[in-house]
Amino acid sequence: MDAKFDYLLRQGDNALILSQQLCQLCGKGPALEEDMALSNVALDLLGQTRMWLSYAGQIEGKGRDEDRLAFLRDANDYRNCILVEQPNGSYAETMMRQFLFDSWHYFLMDGLTRSSDERIRDIAAKSIKEITYHLRRSGDLVVRLGDGSAISHAKMQAALDELWMYSGEAFLYDDVDNAMVAQGVAPPADALRQQFLEHVGAVLHEATLVMPPADAWMQRGGKQGRHSERLGYILAEMQFLQRAYPGAAW
Amino acid sequence: MTAQEVSLEQIWAWLGEVPDPEIPVISIVDLGIVRDVRLDADGCIVTITPTYSGCPAMQVIADAVGEALQARGIEQVRLETRLSPAWTTDWMSAAGKAALTGYGIAPPVQQAIDISGLHAGIRRRAAPVVACPHCQSTHTQLTSEFGSTPCKALYKCLDCREPFDYFKCH
Repeated sequence: MDAKFDYLLRQGDNALILSQQLCQLCGKGPALEEDMALSNVALDLLGQTRMWLSYAGQIEGKGRDEDRLAFLRDANDYRNCILVEQPNGSYAETMMRQFLFDSWHYFLMDGLTRSSDERIRDIAAKSIKEITYHLRRSGDLVVRLGDGSAISHAKMQAALDELWMYSGEAFLYDDVDNAMVAQGVAPPADALRQQFLEHVGAVLHEATLVMPPADAWMQRGGKQGRHSERLGYILAEMQFLQRAYPGAAW
Repeated sequence: MTAQEVSLEQIWAWLGEVPDPEIPVISIVDLGIVRDVRLDADGCIVTITPTYSGCPAMQVIADAVGEALQARGIEQVRLETRLSPAWTTDWMSAAGKAALTGYGIAPPVQQAIDISGLHAGIRRRAAPVVACPHCQSTHTQLTSEFGSTPCKALYKCLDCREPFDYFKCH
């Protein structure tokens, strides 16, 4: 598989799977404002998905557009990190997952605005403006809940401890990532990880939460198509219509 | 009529009458969505840029541009989407901002250009001071970073007690 195609799928799939999960919370948010915020974030991520997957389809050159890539690939062909397929869980878990994702997403996108690939630069420059809101909001909620009541603090700490092992996969570069770094397409892992840890550490400190060790063992595999079983359920719901009624349009 | 028989100014003026589908008091030109209009041997090419990448109004806007020009007799209209430079509320016209206020939506209060790059936007910070579009009081409070559409935040006025939308700097 072409490395750039694979790399673009990773970007699109991360945004798509998290968007799909957030969409499941539409109408179920703990407050009206939170409900709208989750849906808005989901919408931004879906828009970003379309930009990534449509470019991926062009690079692949086999006539697959963003819809075909989204709705007709099975779990093993998905390239998202395992973090985004973790369950919505409680609101503490939803927001901690979001914060860890947004923190990485923001600094990656910042790096991609200096990519050697013009189209990637454009997509990143468009996306980072939206991700800036996402990260400010999720960081704000991590602080408010972490430094909130004894119960909210305990829930946020538990969510952090549970999700931390999924926070490192993005920085574990493989042949695809390294090929992109070599071509000047993607930023190197070390600097990205440093920025991530600094920002996450500062926000968690303000939130009075204890950051787990940066060198803790990390889950991996999603980027290479080895997923948790949850992804199959997520795709089953997301892809049902196109599987049951191929080519359906309205 | 072919595209060559009309001026670019005329086409811009026609596009200036195409309303934003979500906020019909402001045109897509005042909003800064139309980036370029060109004429070539085959017809008219209109370049638009998305406000937010997932904005569902973009397809409606693209359709409306084609319909508006075809209704004036320009048969061949092609639409191009441009991502870079990314859309910013700094492109919104003064007329557009005034129209928003009249409609009950507070317009963007600052320049947005420096948001990215400096990493300043991701830190927690005080919400901008926004004047209530109903009573002009600046005694207002942010309710939510996100409102009824991606481009807006929710505020409430602490004097006249009315909630209102704020068109965010972006």
